[in-house]
Amino acid sequence: MATKLSPPRLLPSGDTAVTVEFSRNIDDAANERVLALDRALSETPIEGVTETVPTYRSLLVHYDPVRIGFDAIGGRLLALAQQPSPPREKARHWRVPVAYGGENGSDLEDVAKTLHTTPEDIVARHVAGSYRVAMIGFTPGWSYLSGLEKFLHMPRRQDPRLLTPAGTISIGGVQTGIQCLAGPSGWHLLGRTAVRTFQLHRDPIFLLEPGDRVTFFAVDAKTFAEQDRAAEAGEIVAELMAA
Amino acid sequence: MSRLVVSSIGPVSSVQDGGRHGAQRYGLTPSGAMDRLALATANTLVDNPPFAAAVEIGPFGAAFTARHGAVRVALSGGLRAADIAGRAVAMDTSMTIADGETLTLGFTRGGTFSYLAIEGGIPGEPMFGSLSVNARAGLGSPYPRPLQAGDEFQTSPASGAQERRIELPARAGGPIRVVLGPQDDEFGDDAKALFFESDWKISPTSDRMGYRLDGPVIKHLHGHNIVSDGTADGSIQVPGNGVPIVLMPDRGTTGGYPKIATVITVDLGRLAQTSAGTALRFKAVSMAEAQEETRKFARLLRALPDRLRAIDRIELNMEALGDANVAGSAVSAIDVGTWHAEADILTPD
Repeated sequence: MATKLSPPRLLPSGDTAVTVEFSRNIDDAANERVLALDRALSETPIEGVTETVPTYRSLLVHYDPVRIGFDAIGGRLLALAQQPSPPREKARHWRVPVAYGGENGSDLEDVAKTLHTTPEDIVARHVAGSYRVAMIGFTPGWSYLSGLEKFLHMPRRQDPRLLTPAGTISIGGVQTGIQCLAGPSGWHLLGRTAVRTFQLHRDPIFLLEPGDRVTFFAVDAKTFAEQDRAAEAGEIVAELMAA
Repeated sequence: MSRLVVSSIGPVSSVQDGGRHGAQRYGLTPSGAMDRLALATANTLVDNPPFAAAVEIGPFGAAFTARHGAVRVALSGGLRAADIAGRAVAMDTSMTIADGETLTLGFTRGGTFSYLAIEGGIPGEPMFGSLSVNARAGLGSPYPRPLQAGDEFQTSPASGAQERRIELPARAGGPIRVVLGPQDDEFGDDAKALFFESDWKISPTSDRMGYRLDGPVIKHLHGHNIVSDGTADGSIQVPGNGVPIVLMPDRGTTGGYPKIATVITVDLGRLAQTSAGTALRFKAVSMAEAQEETRKFARLLRALPDRLRAIDRIELNMEALGDANVAGSAVSAIDVGTWHAEADILTPD
């Protein structure tokens, strides 16, 4: 981050939102800047901003054009993006239990074959990683994690599945992710977690924040089933590590 | 307490309000009414706040019966024949359903969604400030799902206030206006010209997540995969098959296809009400023009109460008869058989 910061691009997203784009690619440095601008905006709010959506490479800023016009908000955002980012609180670190393979991770064997190794090696590599919540999107609680080791980078499936289970832990491209609700996915399914990143009538409803740190640890299928019942009853199940 | 009972209802009908804001950063889509002006109009007619929750009624018929007392309601949006116990009633008016009587609504004959506002509002528990139904996430109140026959709303007894109509300015016609971006640079001049010079039709496979546009194939300059970024209501994304999709209030909060342009706020409701098979075009406008239109729209919404007029029954019947004979039988934008065909809207990343 010592290098000079290039200004982001301002891309109009209609008359009520603007995309502040730091990179066109998946890029950790760009994601840092996205999250830094998001923090800066929460600490120095701009009148008229209604909500923000951080993604890997850009921050989407929704705003009310009755209260602030495009040129004015664009200028304010560019100025904020060029300032040194506010000091970051220590990122929270979650340990997330995963039942890998078998019926919980139906692609584990195939992934191992494709990468010419064993399922055990895939699991060992996946739990060894330290990941960051780069963005949450697509469906409620779907957490996109950066930091996947290069060995595990794999193209997405040719045929996306129309239905994959709630709690799926998968890899796709250079990312790994925690999928909360059942739904379509083109990623490779390694396992499942009982952790609900989104659960109504629980406090908090959304467990993870963009910028949080995540590591995984393996549990057996029986433990998963027990944790799943506990999670259904409202337990968080994920372990929040002391800072 | 009176009750308004849903005696019959078609699919694609749910409680919607101004939407659920503040949790898009967690992947929670805003939802909310497809046609905000129609929602505000119906609410204004019964003195509710403009974006209070109302019943969004899809293109099919529906019937609502008052129980345990009279219920006062108002109807706006997609044009349809309506009667209370056989007496015709008009769109854009308030009306009182006497205890035991039924308000019967026909298919839409122009537009897709109508809004039934209930005097006193719909009772429910807001989540993130909204009662809007988002069935995928299990959100919405009093029912976290589309409405079914037998559902009912508790309501205060009808006030007995004089019934009213509302004089609305004619909705702008002409092309649907858009602002270019955020990824218009992913398309060449040929593709952009094709987009703006072609007639488009709303595909019957459209839904509350997105409206697919039937027309020419729009090609990308550098392929169709971009790194996911945030979406807005009205974002026009172009997936790999080149069939543009306008993202609507139940959209995914992020998406991985290039977005050529974004429909301006004022024209979103008009697009939502465009029937399948009707030809439409898009026109690019400047950001300054789009935002000036949005500010005018906000002033119109604020001033809706000034447009209310008292009505007597004769006038009401004349209007209702006129309405019921207008517009022939337009095809709905929404084909129920394909309601869940969503693979290219919810892009598996």
